[in-house]
Amino acid sequence: MDSKEVTMRDSFVTTTSALLADDPRTALVLADISASVFAPAAHRHPERVLNVGIREQLMIGVAGGLALTGLRPIVHSYATFLVDRAYEQIKLDLGHQGVGAILVSVGASYDGSEMGRTHMSPGDVALFDTIGGWTVQVPGHRDEVPALLKAATPHDDPVYLRLSTQSNRLSYGGDTRLQVLRRGTPGGPLIVAVGPMLDPTLAAVAGLDVTVAYTHTPRPFDTTGLQALAGSEVILVEPYLAGTSSALVNGVLSHVPHRLLSLGVGHAEIRRYGTPQDHARWHGLDAAGLRASISAFLS
Amino acid sequence: MTAPTTTGYVDLDGLLRRLTGDEKHSASAHSTLDVVWVLYDRVLRVTPESVDDPERDRFLLSKGHGPAAYYAVLAVKGFIPEAWLDDLAGPESRLGHHPDRLLVPGVEISSGSLGHGLGLGVGTALGLRAQGITQPRVYVLLGDAELDEGANHEAIAYAGATDLPNLTAIVLDNQSATHGWPGPGGIASRFTVNGWTAATVDGRDHDAIHAALTAHQPDQPHVVAAVVDPRK
Repeated sequence: MDSKEVTMRDSFVTTTSALLADDPRTALVLADISASVFAPAAHRHPERVLNVGIREQLMIGVAGGLALTGLRPIVHSYATFLVDRAYEQIKLDLGHQGVGAILVSVGASYDGSEMGRTHMSPGDVALFDTIGGWTVQVPGHRDEVPALLKAATPHDDPVYLRLSTQSNRLSYGGDTRLQVLRRGTPGGPLIVAVGPMLDPTLAAVAGLDVTVAYTHTPRPFDTTGLQALAGSEVILVEPYLAGTSSALVNGVLSHVPHRLLSLGVGHAEIRRYGTPQDHARWHGLDAAGLRASISAFLS
Repeated sequence: MTAPTTTGYVDLDGLLRRLTGDEKHSASAHSTLDVVWVLYDRVLRVTPESVDDPERDRFLLSKGHGPAAYYAVLAVKGFIPEAWLDDLAGPESRLGHHPDRLLVPGVEISSGSLGHGLGLGVGTALGLRAQGITQPRVYVLLGDAELDEGANHEAIAYAGATDLPNLTAIVLDNQSATHGWPGPGGIASRFTVNGWTAATVDGRDHDAIHAALTAHQPDQPHVVAAVVDPRK
């Protein structure tokens, strides 16, 4: 199967439709985005597939209400509408009520670059960090999506699943711990690549004596794994706002003299269209850009 | 206007005096007293023993500022000890100037930021329906100034368009919205244009409040606009 034909979103739709059929506790809340692909599920479960129209504040409020009655809401839209726009609803209608939901976004960071800044959301994970208590999962491949989604449904905790059109060539399973995919000299530089940043990171470090660890679950961060693997030089490569995990990593390594390089999407608005590949290049997140930053840091 | 006859109602004055109130919001707090009393005394099917029963009616105080009247009613009805009223917003108090559902038995939502309760109410109504729980009704109390918040209008439009049957909004109208709700029909018209049924009543008249709160139809959301004197 050509990986370009089946996306993370497709995997999400298939898995969620099956969950709705299998688990009467699950419900899906939409704000028009992806409503057409969920039409068969809506037909089968009209009272648990709820499209509120283009009303994202209500979408999260409804999810909070559903959770208050004991259901497990799955809520879905573009990251910028799901998270940025409805931030206070996430904070109050879920967090402050003491209930959870599974929020599933598409259009992460600059996936929607051709639509412009209005459809970009590089700061979503940082926003969840301001609330705390959220599990944040950033799959790097469509085949990682079903297990993450299924594992999120039996409980009531808050989970953010960040889907992207950027993908690694291979899937790396459901383990939420740091997975070492390339091993350098022990105690040498450690690179942690999150989600779809793995493949460009592996391409960038060809010939370098570095360890590369992968995770699709940056929250809660695998601090035990980090402590076990880190020497005095750590490099984070994250597909969202640069520095999102810096404070966390520095905190874990506070007892160890270390240097940290945090790579990710820049804060400045570039104000250009172009493809996600163009934006990866402009933010220094393609293999060549990563290679230049990593080499300069380690030299 | 009928005089309140239930014995518990006369106790509310004393309990309100025990609450060292939020001066800024004191007028607002008392504006809700009669509506909240009628709800707990004559409408809601919920008791201190049934606060976790899925079949209970839900009362969501969206207008979470000035909850003194709410706390006083909860105390009279036995949901919380009266002694809690003596330390409002103290460091060890479970009662703050905005209620927290995780701290107060019987409180369905934590509120205070305006414009959140109706969306939560819509979700609660949908969640009950999805589980085949058809007896309970969800009541959400808002203020006329709170209606300024756009989130309410997302909920009003959606609940009306989908004929959500088990939801009642109550708008306590003390004419505090900066630009008001002018035009024919006032506040009620903002709901009825979206397919709700509506009643506008004197917010101090217990029998009128009761009649309006029980006038909902089986297949539409319902709103009660309860008018009281403007806040001073």
